[in-house]
Amino acid sequence: MKHIPWVILAVVGAICLAVLAVSRGEPINALWIVVAAVSCFLVAYRYYALYIARHVMRLDPRRATPAIYRADGLDYVATDKRVLFGHHFAAIAGAGPLVGPVLAAQMGYLPGTLWIIFGVVLAGAVQDFMVLFISMRRDGKSLGELVRMEMGAVAGTIALIGAFLIMVIILAVLALIVVRALAESPWGMFTVAATIPLALAMGVYTRWIRPGRIGEVSVLGFVGLIAAIMFGQNVAASAFWGPLFTFTPQTLCWILIGYGALASLLPVWLLLAPRDYLSTFLKIGAITALAVGIVVMAPPLRMPALTQFVGGGGPAWSGALFPFLFITIACGAVSGFHALIASGTTPKLIGSEADAPFIGYGAMLMEAFVAIMALVGASILDPGIYFAMNSPAAILGTDPASAAHAVTAMGFPVSADLLVQTARDVGEHTIVSRTGGAPTLAVAMAEIFSHVAGGTAMKAFWYHFAILFEALFILTAVDAGTRAGRFMLQDLIGLVVPSFRAGTSWAPGVVATAICVASWGFFLYQGVTDPLGGVNTLWPVFGISNQMLAAVALMLATTVLFRMKQQRYAWVTVIPTAWLLICTLSAGALKLISGDPAVGFLAHAAKYGAAMEAGTVLAPAKSMQEMQAIVFNDRIDAGLCAIFLAVVISLMFFTVRTCLAALRDDRPTVNESPLQLVPAE
Amino acid sequence: MRMLRNMLRLMVGQPPYEAYLAHMARHHPEAVPMSRIEFFRNREQARYGGAGGGKCC
Repeated sequence: MKHIPWVILAVVGAICLAVLAVSRGEPINALWIVVAAVSCFLVAYRYYALYIARHVMRLDPRRATPAIYRADGLDYVATDKRVLFGHHFAAIAGAGPLVGPVLAAQMGYLPGTLWIIFGVVLAGAVQDFMVLFISMRRDGKSLGELVRMEMGAVAGTIALIGAFLIMVIILAVLALIVVRALAESPWGMFTVAATIPLALAMGVYTRWIRPGRIGEVSVLGFVGLIAAIMFGQNVAASAFWGPLFTFTPQTLCWILIGYGALASLLPVWLLLAPRDYLSTFLKIGAITALAVGIVVMAPPLRMPALTQFVGGGGPAWSGALFPFLFITIACGAVSGFHALIASGTTPKLIGSEADAPFIGYGAMLMEAFVAIMALVGASILDPGIYFAMNSPAAILGTDPASAAHAVTAMGFPVSADLLVQTARDVGEHTIVSRTGGAPTLAVAMAEIFSHVAGGTAMKAFWYHFAILFEALFILTAVDAGTRAGRFMLQDLIGLVVPSFRAGTSWAPGVVATAICVASWGFFLYQGVTDPLGGVNTLWPVFGISNQMLAAVALMLATTVLFRMKQQRYAWVTVIPTAWLLICTLSAGALKLISGDPAVGFLAHAAKYGAAMEAGTVLAPAKSMQEMQAIVFNDRIDAGLCAIFLAVVISLMFFTVRTCLAALRDDRPTVNESPLQLVPAE
Repeated sequence: MRMLRNMLRLMVGQPPYEAYLAHMARHHPEAVPMSRIEFFRNREQARYGGAGGGKCC
């Protein structure tokens, strides 16, 4: 009897999916996607997460968690599961689930929707849940330590190196998105720049004036933010201040690199902490508002279900649906980076093993819902506008007329007037070739929010609100990531040179920070100067690396299941592992050796190399020097792909070896912390 | 309301001070607990100062 509501929900979800799948040509409402996703998520949570909890992990509510047996009131605190859900969700949700689906919309809304729904249920949420479980049973240890414990020291070190490289790529790609969103946009630049003095003032407030009053200071900061957005319009219009806040992408790139280095050396209370308050609360608020807005507006989808780019050749990113869709939407469907969060603070705060499905599986479903909303946002825009914003300048030219012509030629009719009018509505000079996903999402959010509040007159305000919201938490991630990357690097180098570890003296910290900033700065600069817009090149590398980390986390989970003697349930992790390995290994190999210069780095390098031999300059390069830079960048990217492939293949070897060894043993061989029961009250 | 407040504070790395006090009173009655402000700064440093407390993309 208790199953009847769930059966109804499952039927509703199936009907919505069927409607999405069979409708072609006629406009369809975005709510079909939302309802399909929500009902699938609820059913998956009720049955699949529970199945994993009961049979695969055999969670035991009587077993004490680290928050109980190690309680210290600081790091280890048994926390209410709803409170912890918020904490965990705020830590995993960032720019990834917003940007990936926007980029994926170039293939139409259907492939992305299906991958997010099935990806999260079978892979992403399973990964987060399993890693949380594994860490929770081992004193809340981190991913690197877990791999070391269960698969050996060499495997642990390889995983750490992989995680550091992924961090570098993530920071570069995030910074690139900010550059693409703020370049040539004095209004956006002013509001984001205003957050720095605002954060400093907040830092001083929480340090000396009213320490610890996060709520107060956040409200003050929020008021400041809104004032900055409103005032930004005047700054952009001013003949003196406007040009002062207008930067080329190259200049912005250097500003960001300098900022990243400085911010990671400043005391945390001064800049990082207060900006984190603003970005976290703004993020949660904006996501909630977006959900409400979509439901209230119930917009029709204007993007076709499938576009002609399914077979490859799309302007936003190159490559065919398989395997590249599955790496373009990383966060939202499955994200390896979550393995670092699920083995971070959350396992130390979880009060009972019975809460783990809600936190581990549930929070990831919530993130998938954010990804679905981003996909909906991109799909309610006129496809002509979408492609005019997301194609590189090399295809579009720079003025609205040439862009309208190029996009119409792709099969998405759009007039130059509409492009000009849209730019004017959102208060920008131009929307042509504003790649990176963030500006597209901001236009969509402006569309949705202005429909609910303020009408067309408020569009420009909402656009810059959305840009600020994205830029703010990306910048916080860049600060925090540079810091985290610095400590990762110090630990790694410390394995060889023990004096390099954190806490010994200040010099290693500065050196590690410099290496970290220089690494992501290199890829950022490469992306900024890339005539194809950079996102085109960097996003796939990021996607591959992130999904590979997910594969590593799922391989760890598989190993643990074998060592628990639970191998008959190992299909739960083996199936997503296999799928991710197929996608990432083939995508990585294609990026490396594909003969198509639009896809393969080495083929691209060879094409430009051959042209250099012949003494000709190939567009979009303008000089021999630029040609050389392109070839050099291609080789670096190829090398990076090769390293990622090597990391995953070697860890695959360790996984198989450990699983076979576990099979030969007739007893469980896992290294769980000894069983302690929850003390009776 | 109280739960919402706890949730928002924990999102930025601040566990409840009351829980810390309760823990100290129960397990370390002889020790002097940190003041509310010291506790705030301790947690701030723990979240942002070290490798922990990372965020996702």
